[in-house]
Amino acid sequence: MADSYSIPELETKANSIRQDIIRMLEHAGSGHSAGPLGLADIFTALYFSILKHDPRNPDWDQRDILVLSNGHTVPVRYAAMAHAGYFDRKELMTLRQLGSRLQGHPERTKLPGIEHTSGPLGCGLSQACGMALAMRMNKQFHRWVYVVMGDGELDEGNIWEAAMLAGKEKLNNVIGIIDRNNIQIDGPTEHVMPLEDLRGKWESFGWHVIDIDGNDIEAVIDACAMARAIVEKPIMIIAHTIPGKGVDFMEYDFHWHGAPPNHEQAKIALKELRTLQGKIRSEHE
Amino acid sequence: MSDTHLNDYLKKDVASEPIRKGFGRGLLEAGKKNEHVVAACADLTDSTQMSLFKDAFPERFVEIGVAEQNLVTVGSGLAAMGKIPFVSSYAAFSPGRNWEQIRTTICLNDQPVKIVGSHAGVSVGPDGATHQMLEDIALMRVLPNMVVIAPGDSVEAEKATLLLAADKRPAYLRLAREATPIITTTRTPFQIGKAYVYARGADVTIVATGTMTYQALLAADKLFKDGIDAEVIHCPTIKPLDAKTILESVKKTRAVVTVEEAQINGGLGGAIAELLAEEMPAPLRRIGIKDRFGESGKPEELLKHFGLTYHHIMLAAHEVADKKK
Repeated sequence: MADSYSIPELETKANSIRQDIIRMLEHAGSGHSAGPLGLADIFTALYFSILKHDPRNPDWDQRDILVLSNGHTVPVRYAAMAHAGYFDRKELMTLRQLGSRLQGHPERTKLPGIEHTSGPLGCGLSQACGMALAMRMNKQFHRWVYVVMGDGELDEGNIWEAAMLAGKEKLNNVIGIIDRNNIQIDGPTEHVMPLEDLRGKWESFGWHVIDIDGNDIEAVIDACAMARAIVEKPIMIIAHTIPGKGVDFMEYDFHWHGAPPNHEQAKIALKELRTLQGKIRSEHE
Repeated sequence: MSDTHLNDYLKKDVASEPIRKGFGRGLLEAGKKNEHVVAACADLTDSTQMSLFKDAFPERFVEIGVAEQNLVTVGSGLAAMGKIPFVSSYAAFSPGRNWEQIRTTICLNDQPVKIVGSHAGVSVGPDGATHQMLEDIALMRVLPNMVVIAPGDSVEAEKATLLLAADKRPAYLRLAREATPIITTTRTPFQIGKAYVYARGADVTIVATGTMTYQALLAADKLFKDGIDAEVIHCPTIKPLDAKTILESVKKTRAVVTVEEAQINGGLGGAIAELLAEEMPAPLRRIGIKDRFGESGKPEELLKHFGLTYHHIMLAAHEVADKKK
């Protein structure tokens, strides 16, 4: 990115993206709330600081690749892309409608800038491995594949097949980011299917693991910078996030995994986001 | 048919070779022609004949291990970066095990990954039902964007591989383990999406694919002595189906037999039945596996046991010819 933003500017951007997510989901009347809100800081960091990309030339052959494995969180990606200039923000309101380029789960063939079709879980990491292997074959050593995954999707066997391959091939151009928000549809991850010791699992598969606060934009940027400097292993960033982050009644509650806000809830959520959960007293409604 | 340039397949000592061998040669050749052709395999590199490519281009080959879901999704990722990936395993495992990954990350995602399923059909033999893939044609045929090809011999498999390497679509290439008589020559025409009339006739149309085309040709030869003039159409591309060639023949013969070493439900038999029911209803008998699993045995025993020989094709041809009257 040519532009360079300060951390407070990025935080403001993340807040705007969250507001767009609420508006999109309310308008669509279906979709997932908790994941996209929790990921807003990571996607802001990616699109406005970390990724090498060009919104006016989405197929630029030197770009970094962003794989979104848990496709159901795509509203955060659409919102971040619109803010970055891939398309007009007005189009966000077409989410999930007939004829829209913004499908309920992302489709590569519909929207430039979407690198792969996803939704069915557990496939993103292996696609990222294929992309990273191709970059290595092409001797492109200054490109990275970032792959965002949910924690619930780590139940999928396909993920661990890919984890083994990346470890074996020492794919140092793969940077994984796990959205560790501890919820999935049926409840807390540790009740549905325990993932811990999550760090130990990845390390034993040959990965370098970094734990961060995934709602801290600076921490996300720093972790990715460190990841790019590690040459001997693929890198997994376990980003601890708060599901529903920024909207008090959604935070930590797994029931918001797969539900959109209704009109009243959206109003409350937007007010909370504008006032930073009541911290800004000057807000008049 | 002079323009098909077929081998003298009726002679006693007709040469034979496993169809997968032709794939191995074709992939090596495709690799020489285009540096973006790459390959990945799930721990069956020799069996699927990918070893020729691997030895020539080790840096363009990925050993995935026994992980068929990863096999095709890594393929999707390679294709996303401009590669033409061929990914191989036994058909029972790929596309047997990883159908959803193929659906989403290859077909819906529209990436030109070539899925190569070896050891398809009951002629796998003693390994038994678990390894005798019979549902692959049906599984792949229902997927939008997917091309499905079952070559009739190793020479055709080589041509098919080379053409698939230059084609932008996702594709499934079905291969067999045992030696199959070589019925075609390097001069025999092959295009993706085309069916070919290998023997002209006026009474019955026999549409065959893969390993069964040889049996269909034998059946036609013997049927002639019974007074039935059978037309044999070799249909290596099951999807997209060459409806024109098939319907032109059926318009003339008004009686059809389909032949495949796969489930007739959803297979070539299913495809032809759908076509005829909508466009040109005609008496039809389908030779293939009829809603059951295979079992252990010698390949030739199994082909007899499951009714997949020229003899069974002849009986079916008589049946549809009689129905016309």
